[in-house]
Amino acid sequence: MKPAVLTGEHYITGDIACAEGAIAAGCLFFGAYPITPATEIAEHMAERLPDIGGTFIQMEDEIAAIASILGAAWTGVKSMTATSGPGFSLMMENLGFGVCTETPCVIVNVQRTGPSTGLPTMTGQGDMMQARWGSHGDYELIALAPSSPQDCFHQTIRAFNLSEKYRVPVLIMADEIVGHMSEKVVIPEASEIHLVDRPKPTGRKDRFKLYEAGPNGVAPMPAIGEGYNVHVTGLTHDERGYPAMNVEAQEQMMTRIKGKIQGNLDDIIETESYRMEDAEIVIVSYGISVRTGLAAVDQARELGYKAGLLRLVTVWPFPEAMIRKIATRVKGFITVEINLGQIHYEVERCSGGKAPAFLVGSAGGKIIHPDKVIACIQEKFQL
Amino acid sequence: MTTNPKKLAKQPEHPLDDLIRTERIPHIWCPGCGIGTAFSSCLSAIKATGIPYNKFTMVSGIGCSARGAGYIKLDSFHTTHGRAIPFASGIKMAKPDLKVIVFSGDGDLFAIGGNHFIHAARRNMDLTVICVNNLTYGMTGGQCAATTPNKAKSTTTPLGNPDSPFNLPLLAYAAGASYVARWTILHTRDLTTAINEAIVRKGFSFIEVLSPCPINYGRRNKEKPLDTLRLYQDKTIIKNGADPARADIDFEKGVVIGKFIDIDRSTCDDRYTELHRPCSDD
Repeated sequence: MKPAVLTGEHYITGDIACAEGAIAAGCLFFGAYPITPATEIAEHMAERLPDIGGTFIQMEDEIAAIASILGAAWTGVKSMTATSGPGFSLMMENLGFGVCTETPCVIVNVQRTGPSTGLPTMTGQGDMMQARWGSHGDYELIALAPSSPQDCFHQTIRAFNLSEKYRVPVLIMADEIVGHMSEKVVIPEASEIHLVDRPKPTGRKDRFKLYEAGPNGVAPMPAIGEGYNVHVTGLTHDERGYPAMNVEAQEQMMTRIKGKIQGNLDDIIETESYRMEDAEIVIVSYGISVRTGLAAVDQARELGYKAGLLRLVTVWPFPEAMIRKIATRVKGFITVEINLGQIHYEVERCSGGKAPAFLVGSAGGKIIHPDKVIACIQEKFQL
Repeated sequence: MTTNPKKLAKQPEHPLDDLIRTERIPHIWCPGCGIGTAFSSCLSAIKATGIPYNKFTMVSGIGCSARGAGYIKLDSFHTTHGRAIPFASGIKMAKPDLKVIVFSGDGDLFAIGGNHFIHAARRNMDLTVICVNNLTYGMTGGQCAATTPNKAKSTTTPLGNPDSPFNLPLLAYAAGASYVARWTILHTRDLTTAINEAIVRKGFSFIEVLSPCPINYGRRNKEKPLDTLRLYQDKTIIKNGADPARADIDFEKGVVIGKFIDIDRSTCDDRYTELHRPCSDD
């Protein structure tokens, strides 16, 4: 029997680091369905969860996998599933249910190349817009993009913390390379890991309202069996959680669901900068493509270009204000991502015409070589 | 006037009021619909177990029957179309001491949700699944379902249904359910007893409740509300322990109702505890 937090130095893949991050974060329920390249997360959770009194269940498909973790979340446990493109597509409807009912849970997408079955064993970053808009209707959620196995560990803990704090499904948008590469991962002492639990209701149960927001816009969440008699529905609902089929209720519900994310952007959005102090050319990247960007910045600097890297650790909600601000003082942006233009269009939108935005992308299958970024810099910018 | 006006002054309390979100009444069900009867049997059965209410949770999918979860005063979940069972499975496996009841319709549980049903039955997931079978998609206006009889009219089979319906008790038994029964909304005492038995026992329990949908099924198939109830009375054959293979719904030759299957089999959560939680008693 191993403890929940395996303090020490390990040489493990991003997938395993992600699973260990979940366990360190207090995850006690995993609903699985096998899919390359995310299967190792499920396999590791199947082995590890019994150690710590948790539950692993392999469901009949990805629709059931996400349904099971949403159900489990309402019993008061932290829950998670992991998948890749085709499974992620199947999860979209219940992802919306999670957002609408404000159910905390974590969903990992170890991205591969699409569309359809695509290149199952090869990397891609083509699900970024699906992560934001894949379920029907308007909504807000949180998506994080780890760029190394160590980062998988940290971002998974952060995903659980954000999910609990804001009662929202949090997506970990990893990719095949990050998921399958092995690197050193340092797991700290349990006491050094900051954990957040969902806000719990206090006060009289007969006056309790399921969606009465607290100070940060998030409503306390009881668990099944605590006597609050919650009613949870994916229909538009009022503060009590009861179906309310009218325009006003829809507006109030949407205001709360969007507001709790939009009102806490400073806490949710995390970015990292590299040589950005005097940068005139900003390479924007996330996930595995951050490594392309880091190499390209150094090479560009050697050639005399003032390049810098902006790494999006949180991809959704998008750091709009930051891009707008940077756009006023730089010569341009280059977004590096393993797709044919997704986050690039967000950068272009937020730059508002104040600085040009270019894409260095690919159809997928492998990491983008830094030379492609250098070629773009040399073509689009003068020394 | 023969009624004492004092007695009318205060509405008498209904014995099931403590299980109903009375502030949500009136319900959405149509006149002549049988869901309310099946629902009240379910509430009576819950009450009769004597188990504390906070040990129960009700999960439903989408459709007319699925709205039941919104009227019961328990922790209740009105989930996505077809997904009540995997949602309920997550609840059950995360907190095995809960009594988890799935209350939904035939369209929800057996067309869009059919895959989840057979897998939960295979695992013997400890759930009580109550399917109100009205032979159609009522909420969307009477389309053909996986339970609509061959040749029956619906909005999507205006010339008659070319397909054969599922025999639900046979499907449940073949997939591994440990308790299988079928009653109609005319047999409320038997139905209540069956639901009570299903809740108290462990394992995957399935109860099919035949229920009229006069507005969206009966109207198109020359069945007035009372005609359907008369069929339930005259053309059903109560036969406990009957072979589920003979449970197809054909009112011309008679429809078998009763308790088909009642066998003990270890449940999904029991086996998980046995295999994966060796020290859980320590």
